[in-house]
Order: sequence, then C-alpha cells, then structure tokens
Amino acid sequence: MHIGIDVGGTNTDAVLMAGDRVLATIKTATTQDVTTGIRDALDGLAEAHPFAPGDIDVVAIGTTHFTNAVIQASGLAATAVVRLGLPAAAGIPPLTGWPARLRSAIGEHVHLCHGGHEFDGREISPLDPDELKRVAEDIVACGVDSVAITSIFSPVNQEMELAAAEILRAQVPWLRISLSHEVGRVGLLERENATIVNASLLPVADRITGAFHAALVKVGIEAPLYLSQNDGTLMDAEYVRRYPVATFAAGPTNSMRGAALLSGLSDCVVVDIGGTTTDVGAVVGGFPRPATTEVDIGGVRTNFRMPDVVSIGIGGGSRVVLGEESVVGPESVGLRLHTEGLVFGGSTLTATDVAVAGGLADIGDPTLVAHLDRARVRRCLDAIARRVGVLADTMRTSAEPIPMVLVGGGSVLLPDSVPGFDKVVRPENYAVANAIGAAIAQVGGEVDRVFSAADGSRGDILDKAKDEALRKAVLAGADEDTVRVVEVEELPMAYLPGDAVRVRVKAVGDLVLGGTR
Amino acid sequence: MNKIDVADIADIAKGAAILGAGGGGDPYLGRLLAERAVERIGPVRVVPVSDLPDDALVLPVAMMGAPTVIVEKPPAGDELVRAVAAIEGALGRPVTHIACLEAGGLNSMTPIATAAATGLPLIDGDGMGRAFPELQMVLPTLDGIPCSPMVMVDEKGNTVVLDTVDNTWAERLARGATVEMGCSASIALYPMTGKAARAALVPGTLGLAARLGRLVTECRAEHRDAARAVAEEMGGVVLFTGKVVDVARKTTGGFARGEAVLAGTGADDGAALTLSFQNEHLVAARDGRVVASVPDLICVLDAETGEPVTTEAMGYGYRVTVVGLPCHSRWRTREGLALVGPAYFGYDHPYLPVEHLARQS
Repeated sequence: MHIGIDVGGTNTDAVLMAGDRVLATIKTATTQDVTTGIRDALDGLAEAHPFAPGDIDVVAIGTTHFTNAVIQASGLAATAVVRLGLPAAAGIPPLTGWPARLRSAIGEHVHLCHGGHEFDGREISPLDPDELKRVAEDIVACGVDSVAITSIFSPVNQEMELAAAEILRAQVPWLRISLSHEVGRVGLLERENATIVNASLLPVADRITGAFHAALVKVGIEAPLYLSQNDGTLMDAEYVRRYPVATFAAGPTNSMRGAALLSGLSDCVVVDIGGTTTDVGAVVGGFPRPATTEVDIGGVRTNFRMPDVVSIGIGGGSRVVLGEESVVGPESVGLRLHTEGLVFGGSTLTATDVAVAGGLADIGDPTLVAHLDRARVRRCLDAIARRVGVLADTMRTSAEPIPMVLVGGGSVLLPDSVPGFDKVVRPENYAVANAIGAAIAQVGGEVDRVFSAADGSRGDILDKAKDEALRKAVLAGADEDTVRVVEVEELPMAYLPGDAVRVRVKAVGDLVLGGTR
Repeated sequence: MNKIDVADIADIAKGAAILGAGGGGDPYLGRLLAERAVERIGPVRVVPVSDLPDDALVLPVAMMGAPTVIVEKPPAGDELVRAVAAIEGALGRPVTHIACLEAGGLNSMTPIATAAATGLPLIDGDGMGRAFPELQMVLPTLDGIPCSPMVMVDEKGNTVVLDTVDNTWAERLARGATVEMGCSASIALYPMTGKAARAALVPGTLGLAARLGRLVTECRAEHRDAARAVAEEMGGVVLFTGKVVDVARKTTGGFARGEAVLAGTGADDGAALTLSFQNEHLVAARDGRVVASVPDLICVLDAETGEPVTTEAMGYGYRVTVVGLPCHSRWRTREGLALVGPAYFGYDHPYLPVEHLARQS
C-alpha cells in the first residue's frame, strides 16, 4: 500500500492506495505546524481504512511549502552567489531584476569570478583558485553558509563548477553548495536564479523534510518518503534536501496526473474546478504538457518547466447574478461557501446554488433554491459549460477528439456534456485527484545539453543522451524494467556551422517499491 | 520621443521584438542590459532622423551571433563602447550619434545601452524597420553605403576591424569571426554621415516600438485582442490563430532554418498555417497558399498575452496569433526585393504585398 498527500494552502488531502486502487481518502485543514498536519492526515486515513504502519511501502507528498517560502521571502538562507565566466556576462550581474524583498532576504553577496566555457567547450578563462579563496574568506566574514555556483555553459561542461565547489569547501567545510548544472538548463540568468533560489531554500528543505519524517515516525511508518516534482515524478527526501526548488508547481501537476490515473486516460484535457477558479491543462502520455513560456517564481525569472495551465474565474463559490444574461464570478465566496451559499442557509447566490437548482448537484438543502427561475438557471449553467468548453478547446493540439476529465470539488457545476467535447469523464474520487497524483510512484531522469558534431552523428548524439537519461532515472530509483524515454527535443543552434544542437531527453520509470504487497 | 528613461525600456523591447518578426534576439536580456545602463548613467537623449546635421557621424551598433549562446554568455558590458572607440580610431574622427541597425528584442536595446554609456544621443530610427538574418540586408546597402569599416569586439578584449570589398563579404567574414569569438560578438558597422542617414534609415522605429509595446500591455489589461490591435496600428492583417502542432528545425549553412505548422482554432478551425523561418519568419502559407512573404513582417504573438514569440522560443503546443505587417516601402522595390525578396531565400513564389494577398482571399 502507499499513501499520497497533497499539502495545499488551505486543505491537506490524503489517499491510501493499493496499486491503482483507492482504499481511502481524507481532506483535512492545512495546519501551521507541518508535522501535525501530516499526522492528522495519516490518522484520518487509518481511521477510514485501518492499516498496519508496516504495510505502507511509500509515502509521497506534494507540498507548496517551498513555493510559499519564496513568495513570502520567509526562512530563506543568506546566500553567496558565485558566477564563473569573467570577463563575459559582467554586463548583467547576478540578482539583476530580482524583487528588493528577496534580494534583502538572501543578502547581496555577489562574486563575479573567472572561468566558464564557450558553447563548443573551449574555456572562456581559466579558473583562478586564489580568487576563489578570497571569495571563501569573504563568505566566512559575512557569516553566510549557503552558496550558489553558476558557470557559463555548465550544462555543456560541469568541470568548473565542480572544481570551484571543491576549492570553497576545502576552505569552508560546512558550506551548503548548489551547482547550476544540477538545477537548470541553458540560459544563464534563469539557471543562475533557480540555483540561488535553491541554495537559499536548503535550510527550509532540512526543516520541512525533517518535519515530514517526524510525522511518519510518530505514526510508526518506516517507509521511504518521497516528494513530488514539477514534472510529475517523485524524488526522495534526500534529493529534496539538495534540490528543493524542483518541488515548485507540483500542485497542478499532481492534480492532472491524478485525473489521468483516475480516468484511465493517458491523453486528455483536465478541468480542475475549485472554489474560485477553473484550471485547465492537457495530459499527454500520462504527463502534463509543459508550458513554453518562462516562469516567474515570486518575481524571479527561472526556466523551469511548469505545466501548461490556463485559468478562468469560475468556481463552486463564484458569486452569481441571475438574469436573462447571468454573470458568474470572478468574485467568489471561496472557503465561506459552506456558510454563505444559499443551499447552506446563507444569503449569497453562488454557482453551486445554481448547479443544485438545475439538478446537477445534490448538496445542502435544495428547497432553499427552489424559488430560482428555471429558465434562467438553465441558461446560466449552459453559459458556464460553454465558457469552460471554449477555454478547454484552446488546450487541444489537434482536431482529433480528446476526452475531458473533470476533477476538483467545484466540478459539479458542469453537466455530462461540454460543447466541443464528445466524452466527459467524471471519475470517482475526483475531489482528491491531487493527492492521488502525488501517490503515483514514478521517477525520472533528464538530460539537457548542447552537443557538437564532435560528439558524433545525430543518431549517436541522441543515443548518448537517451542512455544518460535512462541511467539518471535508474539512479533516482526507477525500476530498470519499466524505465523508458518519454520526451526527446532537439534544438539546432542558430548561426552555428558544425551542427551544434541542444538535446533534451527525459526518461521515466516506476519506482522500485520495497516489498510489493 | 525625445528621451528614453528606465520606464520606457520594457515597452520598447516588447514592441521591437514584434517588429523583429521572430528574430532580433531575446527581449528580456536586452531589456536588462539597457535598463542597467540607463539606471546607472541616466536617460538617453533621442534625436529624430530628420534632425541629423549633414556632417554628423552616425554609427549603428548591434550584437551578432546565436541567440541561444547570447542568453548563456551575455556580454561583459563594455564591448560596444570599445567598438565605438575602434571605429573612431579607424576613421580618425569622433562618432556623434548612435543608431539601431535592426528592430528586435535585443538589438533595439544594445544601442540604448551604448548611447547611455558613451553619452552620445541615439537616433530614433533603424536600418531596416524589422530584423533580417544577414548583415548586408539593410537599407543603407541599397544606397551604396559600405558596411566597412566594421568593428567586432568580444568580451575578452579582442577587436577585429573589417575592410571588405562589399557588404556581402562583410557578412561572410564576420560570420566566421563570430563563431571563433564564441558565437557572440558586439558589432559597430555602417558608419555614415548624417546626410546619408537621413536618406537611408527608417525613421521613428523606437517611438513605434514603444507604442506597440504599450498597446500590447494595455490590450492585456483590458482583455482586448492584442494581435488585432497591432495589425490595425500597422496597417497589417491578422493571418491566423492556432496552435503550434509541429516545429521542425535544421541547421544549414550556419543558420537555424525550419518550419512550424499551426492548426487553426476558432475562426480558423480546420485550416493549417505553415511558417518557414531562417531566424526570422520568411513565409506564411495557409493550406499551401502564400498569405505573407518576406520582406513583409510575419509576427507571431502569444494568443493570450500578445507577447511576441521568437522563432527560437516557439514550441509545440504554443497558442499563437500570426499577423502580417507591411515592410518599409523601399523593400518592395526591385532593388529591395533583389536583396531580401523570396528568391534570395530560395523560394520561387513572386512577392505580393501582404495587404494585397489578404484582399485576394
């Protein structure tokens, strides 16, 4: 058996699963104290479906803790930033374009140093050990113990970052160091930003993973702990302590993955309707389709792959003005739906009330909405379905029919047919799809590098990249028999003779579970 | 527009990236470079093309290389100042005005940073009214203005001065040197007199870019269709709205060439648009029929936000609107088309203005 938990800003959802079968689900309020919140969820599951702690193979948690730490600039470590590449790139020093609040949270300990590589692997300038020793002295003097090291073209050649880390660590053995080639992809500023954010989150990662562990220990679960990454795969707690930034945007990813699993559809459009908004994403081959635009985290630009999600302000708690042309949202009563909505004895007309009046949902007391005009209710519900349908249609990438999967507590607003979609699926346990997404135990490995003609023919290069991604997935804990390449992307680099090409390959496999039960 | 302040830069970068027709470099990187220079040194004085005195020495500056390399290896910061000094050394007289060679996300910004750093005024104009992939593809070439002396500078301190027999040779030699410099170089070229600049440069490019950038921002705030607004502002045509369903790229002759296929949505449901590009978009064909062609501008905007999408960034699943904008009238002459028309890029269709093609359908 395994457990999936999704820690959101408001609710913590948890599921107990055996293989793909859902045994129990629970929704609890997210608590200030991390350990208590997880323990409450685990206790709730045990109550719903008693299990022996020893029967649990894996606990997987999706959390917004790290995203929130950055957005609120709270608990971040003072972080020294070392960039290797002088004389290049000095025109835009590290932390350029960062919000002042985050800059002051991590301090302005910026060091531009020699080093770095050209696109083809030549050195821009040699690494200068004395220069780095002076950086170490400064780091000690400032009392900083997290460091982010970024070398130009380190996705092509990691040597300089590794050597610089060794020099700094020899001088200051207790340093926590994040290296950019392990964090991000080509694109210096975005990769450097992600590395700095990562380094500043290292103490938060220790604290949060420690609190998660403590909750499991209290309940007596000895199973390994995994956390969800933004690409829908899992990483173990040890990995999170080194790469906390990889947890960003795991929420929508988990919800889409959960929807795919619950519906048994590996290609679908997922509509997740909450209290205030409707999020629509696309699942391709079981994974959310990534967004193509750069992603800001708390005002810092990074080049992480985030799921491609579009949203509109329609949810179960949306306020409604019923008329010939009804107005739905974007204002919402949100969490207060259960006190303010008409069917709950409140005085605000919400989308949920209209759904109950129209016979789509059986929530609260239907007699409290019996007075609403039937024809207007019908037209209002049709308009909601039409708006969601138009939004969902933009996520399609071909004219082929694609099924729609409805999840989230607010999905009662939609009828069983949505304009433009022949097949609408409303799976069981739709309200906890995100926790189910967390519970899907898959792990991955990724390669993103610039190769030149010297690396061999196109076929050789692709094979090399695929092998490396597969190896990385197995190292991350994937079962060798199930691991496979799920994504290959080639980007020839403009203006270069010699056929330099940037190759990105992702491999994914099922997590090796301790004892299969 | 008589000066450029920090607050103007984001709009200009965005608008110029639209005019870049898919090329011209990363507007974010460009914006950071220009903002940093103007923040530190102060606003840049802007001079209309028509106000240039006959004896002014106008110097366009830019960055050359692979966009993917420039975002990984940004400049040291002083390259273009050194390039300006090297041109002054070669000509034996001081440069009086900095100019923009091409409109594009990065190359509209490098002249702003250079003008700030040198204290020289910047001309509100550019050499082509859009972006093109090769150095000789500028209106000054039509006027017989030589690219030489051209200076290339890298972050390491290397300076190359080119003196070539024609502007096509400048492109060929500079391309090779750029690769040796690590695929990014800062360049100063086409030094010209104020009199020549008045005749050769496209006037008002920076002001136009700022207007377009603001327009996109406003449309987003008001939930209006930015692409349509841009097309109306420029006397152009909305060609297509759809999703990118395939991008095939290949590197030939040192350029990233390729094709993107868009599947129509909304009013264009059921139709397909094929975009062919060589760093910039060259041809747009709807269900096999050419609806816009180089040298007219084919611009791809994010359907939701109106943000310009460069050919480098365009990927599977992108939801975009494609607009066709008329190019500068001189590109539509026989000489202009010989330099940058469809035939030069290897296409056999005749050039027809985008607004005529729209009327035919």
